[in-house]
Amino acid sequence: MSRYLLGRIAQAVLVLWGAYSITYFILYLLPGDPLSIMLSASGMEIDALSPEQLAKARSYYGLDQGLIERYFDLLWGVLQGDLGQSLTLDRPVTEILAERLPQTLALAGLAIALSLVGGVGLAYLAAYVRWQPLKVFLARLPALGFAVPVFWMGLLLIQVFAFGLGWFPATGSAGFDSLVLPALTLAIPSAAVYAQVLQRGFQDVWREPYIVTAWAKGLSRAQVQARHAFRNAALPLLTLVGLQVGNTVSGAVLVETIFARNGVGRLVQEAVLRQDIPLVLAVVTVSAAAFVLVNLLVDLLYPILDPRITHAPKVS
Amino acid sequence: MTVLQRRLARALPANEAWRPRRRLQRLLDQAGPLLRRPGFVVALLLVLFTLVAALAPWLFTQFDPYATQPSAKLLPPSLSHWFGTDELGRDLYTRVLYGARLSVEAALLAVGLALVCGLGLGIVSGFVGGRLDAVIMRLVDVLLALPGLLLALAIVTAIGFGTLPVAVAVGVGIIPGFARTTRAEVLRIKTLPYVEAARLGGASWGRTLLRHVLPNAWGPVAVLATLDIGAAILATAGLSFLGFGAAPPAAEWGTLIANGRHFLITAPWVSLLPGLFLVLVVFSLNHIARTFEEVQR
Repeated sequence: MSRYLLGRIAQAVLVLWGAYSITYFILYLLPGDPLSIMLSASGMEIDALSPEQLAKARSYYGLDQGLIERYFDLLWGVLQGDLGQSLTLDRPVTEILAERLPQTLALAGLAIALSLVGGVGLAYLAAYVRWQPLKVFLARLPALGFAVPVFWMGLLLIQVFAFGLGWFPATGSAGFDSLVLPALTLAIPSAAVYAQVLQRGFQDVWREPYIVTAWAKGLSRAQVQARHAFRNAALPLLTLVGLQVGNTVSGAVLVETIFARNGVGRLVQEAVLRQDIPLVLAVVTVSAAAFVLVNLLVDLLYPILDPRITHAPKVS
Repeated sequence: MTVLQRRLARALPANEAWRPRRRLQRLLDQAGPLLRRPGFVVALLLVLFTLVAALAPWLFTQFDPYATQPSAKLLPPSLSHWFGTDELGRDLYTRVLYGARLSVEAALLAVGLALVCGLGLGIVSGFVGGRLDAVIMRLVDVLLALPGLLLALAIVTAIGFGTLPVAVAVGVGIIPGFARTTRAEVLRIKTLPYVEAARLGGASWGRTLLRHVLPNAWGPVAVLATLDIGAAILATAGLSFLGFGAAPPAAEWGTLIANGRHFLITAPWVSLLPGLFLVLVVFSLNHIARTFEEVQR
């Protein structure tokens, strides 16, 4: 077990390092002169500077080093918890992130909870209902969830619940009220995924022999579904929750822009607009870290929730 | 003559020897059951309409997408302006049709890029195997760990804004999915008897790959490509919604929706109706892909 644990952690660290490296090389290697991007990001024109000033600026941003040298320099900084200096905000990136992260974490956390409740609820209902038209309708609903872009859903919800009914504020990041609509928007695509997978899980599980046994013992339909079918059908969801973290982070960028919330998503949108390279690199790294960490947790939780995995004979 | 023979004779005219079905005939045979599904036909028609609109938008509208008319600004949907007009009096339905060109182009470019790179990586990985396979698959794992939109944002930061960079950025993000699917298919097909037979028959690895493995690996990849066109439309629209796509005067679905945000209270149709069209197109594409998937099983 501990060997499995160590291997899994090593793999996670390796993936994280790879993600950082790929992002670094995308940002610094691709066409486009980093110096002129960085100078214009700090509000200076490259043509207005003398060669000496240019050389000074170059060494200030660490661009006089070679690509590889700078890479190791930055990587060493990251290992010590230093993500560099933002070009446009003129502050350490870690400080800005620490300020913005709680907002995004609250949004993402509520969204994941809502999507699980919504997705599982929908699939549970679709499996329980026996009136065919309603069953078909519930089974088709998730497909619509995939096709609706996050930003459009956000605008629709604002239109209906903020401007039409006036239940929630349309924008802002103060209080729980302002969190409801963004979290709902962010939850819908993930809920669609969960509902679809769980529906398929129910279809497969109903044919298992232990379901027949449960019926034979005289349990009611509700009891069979709750005690025997649901717990087995829901296992794949755990893996999915890990994989959906990436989509939630992507969605958070759009949602925070629409609802004008002061989170990391809006931070990265502004950073890209101003081409603040260190900030973009830091946010991408942090979100990759979140993805890797959650998936690591899911992998470690799995044997606890499904003991069959640890007891299964090893296939070599 | 028995009944059976008589029936056979009717089904197969005696003087006409059996011939393999032509390609067109086979295609028609396959398409028949599909065309009897109403949902599929509606979805197909909408997608075809969008494609034609992308090529020749002037066929379906008599307005000019860039002609401003301040007296007719922010009109609600009506018979002459189906989707209403925007803040400069431009007809929104026309702008959606003209916007189809940029959006469809970007989505096709993204999927094309992902298809070429993903197929290449997947085939090399599945066919060669060994160390190279391990390296490519680790690379794919790493790419999957980067949230799609954030990877696209990093690429856009480096190569600049506009429709083309956005399409490239979205395309790179969907490469891993293609690589994985192709690899799985190639691995499955590589062990089948007909590949062995082709090799024994003296075909080179390259010929085996092109003539025997690739055509049979194509199915699931094509389904994924159809699904990903929908996803690519959503992703490019999302990026241009954030302000990294086509510059303002150009009509593009994401920018149309983003532009309408400012008039949400007074004129909700400016952003909601172009968005609804986008939703319908993506939903149709997904429906088509799902139907193909069901038929293949």
